[in-house]
Amino acid sequence: MRDSGSDNRSGRKKKISGGWQEKSADVDLKLVRPYGDTLNDGQIQLSFTLPVPAGPEARAAGCTLLEKLGLKEVEVVHLRDLGEGFTFLIAYGRCPLSVDFTGIEVAQATTKTMSFQEINSFIDKHIGRQIRVVGACTGTDAHTVGLDAIMNMKGYAGEYGLERYPGFATWNLGSQVSNERLISKAVEVQADALLVSQVVTQKNVHVKNLTELVELLEAESIRDEFLLVVGGPRLSHELALELGFDAGFGPGTTPPQVASFLAQELAEREN
Amino acid sequence: MAELVVDEELVTDCRQAAAEIADGVDKFISGLTTTSVERTVLRLLGVNGVDEEEVPVPNIMVRQLREAELLKEGSAHNLGRALLAGNYEIDELAGAVARGEVYLPDLIKKCRTSREEVSSFVRELTEKKARKIKEIRQEREDLKQKLSPGSRPWLYVIVATGNIYEDVRQARTAARQGADIIAVIRSTAQSLLDYVPYGPTTEGFGGTYATKENFRIMREALDEVGQEIGRYIQLVNYCSGLCMPEIAALGALERLDMMLNDAMYGILFRDINMKRTFIDQYFSRLINAYAGIIINTGEDNYLTTADSLEEAHAVVASQFINEELARRSSLPPELIGLGHAFEIDPELEDGFLLELAQAQLIRQLFPEAPLKYMPPTRYMTGDIFKGHLQDGMFNLASIITGQGIQLLGMLTEAIHTPFIQDRALSLDNARYIFNNCRNLGQELEFKSGGKIQARADQVLAETAEMLEKIAEMDLMQSLEEGFFAGIKRSRNGGKGSEGVLACSRYYYNPFADLFRKELSSQ
Repeated sequence: MRDSGSDNRSGRKKKISGGWQEKSADVDLKLVRPYGDTLNDGQIQLSFTLPVPAGPEARAAGCTLLEKLGLKEVEVVHLRDLGEGFTFLIAYGRCPLSVDFTGIEVAQATTKTMSFQEINSFIDKHIGRQIRVVGACTGTDAHTVGLDAIMNMKGYAGEYGLERYPGFATWNLGSQVSNERLISKAVEVQADALLVSQVVTQKNVHVKNLTELVELLEAESIRDEFLLVVGGPRLSHELALELGFDAGFGPGTTPPQVASFLAQELAEREN
Repeated sequence: MAELVVDEELVTDCRQAAAEIADGVDKFISGLTTTSVERTVLRLLGVNGVDEEEVPVPNIMVRQLREAELLKEGSAHNLGRALLAGNYEIDELAGAVARGEVYLPDLIKKCRTSREEVSSFVRELTEKKARKIKEIRQEREDLKQKLSPGSRPWLYVIVATGNIYEDVRQARTAARQGADIIAVIRSTAQSLLDYVPYGPTTEGFGGTYATKENFRIMREALDEVGQEIGRYIQLVNYCSGLCMPEIAALGALERLDMMLNDAMYGILFRDINMKRTFIDQYFSRLINAYAGIIINTGEDNYLTTADSLEEAHAVVASQFINEELARRSSLPPELIGLGHAFEIDPELEDGFLLELAQAQLIRQLFPEAPLKYMPPTRYMTGDIFKGHLQDGMFNLASIITGQGIQLLGMLTEAIHTPFIQDRALSLDNARYIFNNCRNLGQELEFKSGGKIQARADQVLAETAEMLEKIAEMDLMQSLEEGFFAGIKRSRNGGKGSEGVLACSRYYYNPFADLFRKELSSQ
């Protein structure tokens, strides 16, 4: 902690003699605002480009736009001429709105993330055989980074991938796999779960790929035979559910999160 | 200049092994051609256009020739026979085929000219068309004289809107911000199309279709902005996938300056058949060599799937192989832009030292090559602030070690295709560091026995070992065993194998013959 000399911006803090925990207790979780350097200052940092030439007018246009967004005390702190009639702006403003944090609910895929050991013994105890997983980057997507992070031996962020788990048998089909091929492989190996990765999201191509997979499975009346899981940088659990999947995992997901979900969900379905 | 001590004997071993490996590839593909090579020959001869279902005429012609078992003699000879039999100009014949008025094999049956006469007619036509490519090459040389292409490392940025006209806007903006090179990313999966789309295109996924017309539109726009800002802006596209040599031909005709063109990328990352790839890469590189186009190889990709610490030697080994195969396509060292990448985990202590070791080692192993250095992607997280700093470290490594082509990292990597300001911020980042540290490399020495030297020694030793192993088995088996990027591909599997066919004893490719002859006499 800094000494109290830096606290002179807020009279409120002087009344409190305890540690930082007590001070942070001041946050009203029903009225949460962005924090810059003082509680409730509402400071937000923005950067964006306007398709107008650089100059005082661009600056004023940027300010007006942000004021229309509802920001107060807007300041454009940097202006860069990008050429061809474009201007990049960096700005700050004070957000007068707040959120009720106590009312926030987020759909999440897994109730409890277990460790490598825990997952394997969970599978052993509750399923009694290997969980069979087929993974693919479907459609035209050639980016296997996410899929490899979850499936390959090496894994991601210091966590082993599914391939390493004795509780899983895996087939990583790689990139640019058609939904048809994914399904036929899944049927062939009697998969429990399909793991689809979608990195390319331009013009919502991922939504099309994912919808098609569900439709194909439904057309063959085998949708319920598999757990359907999707991952990617622009995916959330919510979107996945909306598209008819059982779970969605966003950026930063580690293999144990996916493995835990698969194990628990499958155990529940089978028992 | 900071220099590492490099064991020259080991380097000689590496080049020797690479030559043996290339011999094996030559043998593997000898006596074969591909539908894509034959379409390319037709394109070089001037066949263009599409039918009403947008099927390119070169594809129609090659299909017809194949149906009639004529393709094994080469598309050039057959086109010559058809032209002579029908007394057509090339444009007229292409139009007639597009409209379905002419079935090539029927026309060829009517040809009464002797084989020798057809052949000399075709070779004359070839010379005329090759002269045109030479003129385009000369035009580039002249423009580069008049307007400098900028100092190295050249700043390379990407546009990828899907709409060529929007790409033009972004490319012009980037050029004004200091970009030296503009690459137009192709639409996802174009590499797996067995034809080149036609005309200007305004829709694509993750990129813009490579078409002759799109090449022309972007070339014109860059020439125009280049004149204004006094710099020759270089244009890049992708000479890869199932149409590798066709794209090379279009690039030669529309004055592209660089082409992504790797000997093994298609096999590994697009699961394209080995024979198809090796045959196609050979001819595509011959075209690039003749047109004076710098190739960019794709070793950086290995590190997106394999570990950059453990697999550093695989990158260097592949560079030796790519270099040797390129040399056999008559590419001089100054046109061989070997690729590598800055992909070590940023959490690793002294990771930057290892990056320096790798970049400097490659610089010294391939002193004349304009090395293509790729930015961090694997460990980019969505934290744009950290990402911008990672890109700065990448730029620093580049300026210290004298890289040639700097593909700029974007702070928004792993989030979306670059916004207009992302490109500007990256250019500012690189220009700041390059300018601020321009001669830093001249002032440094690598400590003898230090961490950087030790790492370079280790990588080179492992490279030599790997190349010798591959030379013993052959490249195809090493690909089957997953030597590169940890990806295994079977010798006879992969896409596009149906496009490989055996040549008859009468086969010739007049452009390959002419390019080889002229390039070897230079």
